[in-house]
Amino acid sequence: MAETTIVLPPRIGFLTRFWRKVALLRESKVGMIGAALVGFWVFCAIFAPLLSPFDPNNDNFTPVHAVPGAEIYVDAGVIVRGVPAPETCELVEEGEQAGRYYCGTVWLGTDKNGRDILSRILWGAQRVLIYAPIATLCAYLVGIPMGLLAGYLRGRVDDILSFVANVILSFPVMVLYVLIIATMPKGGFTVIAAVVFASSPGVFRIVRGLTLDLRTREYVYAAETRGESIWYIILVEILPNARGPLIVDAMLRLGYVTITIGTLGFLGLGLPPPDADWGQMIASGREALQEHANVALFPCLAISSLVLGFNLLADGLREISLRD
Amino acid sequence: MARFQEGWTGPVLECRDLSISYMTRAADIPAVVDFNLKLTRGETVGLVGESGCGKTTVAMAIMRYLGHNGRIAGGQIIYKGVDMATLSHEQIRQLRGSEIAMVYQEPMAALNPSMKCGKQLMEVPIFHEGVSEKEAWDRSVALLHDVKLPDPERVMNSFPHQISGGQQQRVVIAMALLSRPSLLLLDEPTTALDVTVEAGIVELIAELARKLDTSMMYISHNLGLILETCDRICVMYSGEAVEEGTVEEVFDQMRHPYTQGLFGAIPLPTADKNARPLTAIRGQLPLPHERPPGCNFGPRCDHFQKGRCDGQAIPMLPVTGEPGHEVRCVRWNEIGQPVYAGGTRKSWEIGTEPVLTVDRMKKYYELRDSSLAAMVRGRRNRYVKANEKISFMARAAETVAIVGESGCGKSTFAKVLMGLETATEGRVEFRGKDIGAVPVQKRKREDVRAMQMIFQNPFDTLNPSHTVGGQLSRVIRKFGGVQGDEVRRRVLELLDIVKLPADFYYRRPRQLSGGQKQRVGIARAFAGNPTVVVADEPVSALDVSVAAAVTGLLMEIQRTYRTTLLFISHDLSLVRYLADRVVVMYLGHIVEQGTTDEVFSPPYHPYTEALLSAVPIADTSIEKKRIILEGNLPSVINPPKGCPFHTRCQRKIGEICETEPPPEVEASPGHMILCHIPIEALRAVEPVIVQKEKATAAE
Amino acid sequence: MLIFIVRRLGSMLLVMIAVSLLIFIVLEAQPGQVATKVLGPYSSQEQRDIWMEKNGYSRPIHERYVTWIGNFFTGDLGKSTRFKQPVNDILWPRLGNTALLALLTMMLVVPISLTLGVLAGMREGSSTDRSISFLSIFTTSVPEMASAPMLAAVFLSLLGWLPGTSGFSYGHPLQSLDGFPWIGINWQTVPELVMPVLVLVLYDFGYVTRMTRASMAEVMQTHYIRTAVLKGLPYKRVIVKHALRNALIAPFTIIMLQINWLLSGVIVTEYFFAYKGFGALLLEAALNQDIFVIEACAMVAVFVSVTTQTLSDVAYTYLNPRIRFS
Repeated sequence: MAETTIVLPPRIGFLTRFWRKVALLRESKVGMIGAALVGFWVFCAIFAPLLSPFDPNNDNFTPVHAVPGAEIYVDAGVIVRGVPAPETCELVEEGEQAGRYYCGTVWLGTDKNGRDILSRILWGAQRVLIYAPIATLCAYLVGIPMGLLAGYLRGRVDDILSFVANVILSFPVMVLYVLIIATMPKGGFTVIAAVVFASSPGVFRIVRGLTLDLRTREYVYAAETRGESIWYIILVEILPNARGPLIVDAMLRLGYVTITIGTLGFLGLGLPPPDADWGQMIASGREALQEHANVALFPCLAISSLVLGFNLLADGLREISLRD
Repeated sequence: MARFQEGWTGPVLECRDLSISYMTRAADIPAVVDFNLKLTRGETVGLVGESGCGKTTVAMAIMRYLGHNGRIAGGQIIYKGVDMATLSHEQIRQLRGSEIAMVYQEPMAALNPSMKCGKQLMEVPIFHEGVSEKEAWDRSVALLHDVKLPDPERVMNSFPHQISGGQQQRVVIAMALLSRPSLLLLDEPTTALDVTVEAGIVELIAELARKLDTSMMYISHNLGLILETCDRICVMYSGEAVEEGTVEEVFDQMRHPYTQGLFGAIPLPTADKNARPLTAIRGQLPLPHERPPGCNFGPRCDHFQKGRCDGQAIPMLPVTGEPGHEVRCVRWNEIGQPVYAGGTRKSWEIGTEPVLTVDRMKKYYELRDSSLAAMVRGRRNRYVKANEKISFMARAAETVAIVGESGCGKSTFAKVLMGLETATEGRVEFRGKDIGAVPVQKRKREDVRAMQMIFQNPFDTLNPSHTVGGQLSRVIRKFGGVQGDEVRRRVLELLDIVKLPADFYYRRPRQLSGGQKQRVGIARAFAGNPTVVVADEPVSALDVSVAAAVTGLLMEIQRTYRTTLLFISHDLSLVRYLADRVVVMYLGHIVEQGTTDEVFSPPYHPYTEALLSAVPIADTSIEKKRIILEGNLPSVINPPKGCPFHTRCQRKIGEICETEPPPEVEASPGHMILCHIPIEALRAVEPVIVQKEKATAAE
Repeated sequence: MLIFIVRRLGSMLLVMIAVSLLIFIVLEAQPGQVATKVLGPYSSQEQRDIWMEKNGYSRPIHERYVTWIGNFFTGDLGKSTRFKQPVNDILWPRLGNTALLALLTMMLVVPISLTLGVLAGMREGSSTDRSISFLSIFTTSVPEMASAPMLAAVFLSLLGWLPGTSGFSYGHPLQSLDGFPWIGINWQTVPELVMPVLVLVLYDFGYVTRMTRASMAEVMQTHYIRTAVLKGLPYKRVIVKHALRNALIAPFTIIMLQINWLLSGVIVTEYFFAYKGFGALLLEAALNQDIFVIEACAMVAVFVSVTTQTLSDVAYTYLNPRIRFS
């Protein structure tokens, strides 16, 4: 055979291909809205320290149950943000509040402890958007390998793993959380552990279902005839082809987990106070619902919009993957 | 209730300048352009073409079921003199099922799984003619009789999944005929069925057409089927009809280059690879929005002439001397009949020593039976006897075909060879070792590399998430022991061997067509330079012309590398073309084996005889004996005692077939038949396929 | 079919055993802890020892487990430390109240979701479908803890139509009628039930609607529906007799599983509206470390859940002729 060198044309860069995939999202209106909502809250979470006008836990100079949009004026001697007022606040020259210092506006009002709601919402966003993704990721790290093994190997392995998953799934979700959290010390780690424990069986089931279907494909058969190892087959041949439904599920699960973390906060089972937590804010605002609805309402809107964002994003991604 | 246009004697269906388009967000895609057809009473017309030619679209348009985005862009469909566009929704609904009926592929999917067959059948006369339930029942039972279903009452009370595929299709046909339609559309009704079952259905349809005087439109990609069932034929390519005429006219003297190309790409059971090689049609089917100006077939045509063929749209021109025969080609009277080079191709030398020997291999699957009945009987384990006493041998560069229908055990056999299953008994000797009991994970890398497989479904055979180059690299690295740049060089070499351009390295499978994917599958199998390649129906899912190209490729590679090819197929014509030796399997047993010539001529095993008679042949110079097998394939768990074939055998000689397992009789050295019938009687049987005396030569 | 049911019951039993082991190990494994929780953190070690001895906590763990399980069968669920009453007296009435909520919710959710889901699935891609889908997604994005305050703000504060809490201030919703208990309705209590039911219905119907829609849309694409249309059957018959028969199998089984969800979903709603239900009981017990109530509630909840899951599986197999007659 003659020595011909066959030249391979250069490949399109990795980044370019990635951006093309992201741009696909543009095709779905619903997905775009979802992405916008999620993006908004991610932005808030990242820039919470910069954006929040007040310290979310500090309550010593802002009035209790202030009306949304109220402006904060203090006298000269008051300590604001760790220093005396004149150093961080503006002096008001004229008008009603002449001689006092303007320290900002509580756009959404304050709660029963005088803490600025807007700041608490921004910091609460940061908290949710740290815990929810971590918990979801851990749930996937546990559920995916188990689901793959159970679906591919069937037999004993599948029977045992499915049984364990069924046992966990036989608890109504909230009952499970209540049980776990009632018996373990309060804290962020407990919350994440509880979420992982409660979500992994769901992930396991989905991955197992996908694997049961994918293992019948001919390319898996082809890999088997080459004598490839089990781990190669499930990680390289099967898992990449499950990414469509898994990504959609991930978005949905982020929504559920966000609700869960909020609910745990609401019920008093979540992260300890006084740090900002949307669920807790709603719970504490519940008593004052008649006269000061803003305390509970804004966190309600916040959590609903974030979860709506995740759900719309999931729907948009599903639409796109179907069209593929 | 008065029938539609009672007393109409003109053509039942007429399509005039019909154009159908699909509306997408990008643009309107013309699926069918300028289609003309006339169907008279009692006539059967065949619509032939490959995938994407628009034949199914025509049928759907006649039924006015084009979906959200399909519409008739021009022309008319006239049913019994009435332009269907003038009918209201309600009138169309009344026509469907009672005047125009349709049968299509995959009968299991066509029947409602939650409704008993009887109810689905009875709906037709109840809703169209307002008859009582009792009368509907009686008529349904009577029609099930007509479609030759044994025990119609049981079928009426069954759910679709409780009856076999062939029976399901008969139910669907009965359902279509219940209200005595004047027009029956059949869209690939037998594609999903086994060959012998298909033969039965085809015969049934022909008989019913004669009896009921129904006009039929038979859509298929199989030229042989059309020849056997239709009166007239219309060949379609890329949305247009390119040739039309009676079956004799068109098959005797094909005028359009595409029809000639199609014919050249079909293997005939009367010729082998050296006498009449398969010629593929070069090029690819154009996408609907990329059709070339002038003749759609131009870029792929050997007789293309610039200026004449790529100008304006080409109309259908009549063939002088043959009324009714029309061609869409401006050069038709300049193009003669194709000459198929014969006898010039040198066959290659087959080795003398066996490369693979299988000796009395048995594979039984254990079935855990936890039903109550088994517990009572005390025996929990039953066996699926997938392979029984398989013995054969293959030599270097030889092509051995394994032929059989579903349930015959050929896939199990392939699995044992590849090591995905282990043999229960017997030997499989390869490279000096017995690998029958060694699962693939425990085999040596060289052994795994030396026996590879090509798979059936091109759409599933490659992993959609990885690039072509990536997948081939993986295989080379696993088998070749090469690293780095050398791997890439070897991949490009492989792509070149299978005639794919180098930039396919970066493509993903969804950017490839079926034929291209199968080529990659072939490249993958040959990546490690194997000694034996098992090809499991590698071309059955491909279009005719694509299949011819892929088959040619496979043979070329085999010739270069002197690989032994184990070709599993149900397509006897292809087997005749390709194989040196043939092994015929039925219900796990080998019922006949020998060289191709020996198997394709008497003495035959009765099953081989039936198989040969069931294959549709696209050659008017052939006369074929008709043998239809009764009954269904017996259950593999409970195989019949004695000869496995006796429940359906057309030559059963008596009780001995039911009680005694038949002996292996040697008709000639190397030719084995498993039958009780004395060999002289089998030798005296007339051949199934006979060349007729032709009045005029086809030169 | 019978064999299948027997096997499912068997696996249900296994799951219950595993669950009970889990609960037992988590809550009762350490006798010292149990004693502390029962007697309070201020009790002395001596008091705890005496109590443990009296209640059999000095026996080996497997004996204790068997006794513990046995108690469930005989109906002895222990005594609540928080309510100072036998658990039986508190648990069952509360469970009944929650069952009432669940029943009312289901009575609304089932017809609404099935109708909307079928309509959306029939006309996939149309504006009907898109609006129904969006509505479903929207309502499932608003969790109960958010919808309850928002609705309360509207109906209570703004409009003053409904009471803020559902503490049965007018008595129990179900009364006796003609000597039969729980049959009569105390109409005065109805306004108190509206809000909790509304919150539950709003959150739940979206999910069932989407599942029904997906099932219906899938069925409409099948070949057998095409056959039914091409047979010339009236459209109504195609939908009702051919499509729904297959499309409603999955939603039906999902609806049975909603009971499982309701048991957990009610916790927030009951807490918010101070409704004396099962969920509120569990929450209170958890917050107050009332061990025996927690155990009892957990076992009951799991039992109900597993029973509905088993029923759902059996129903799915029964309704699906392909599986039933194979």
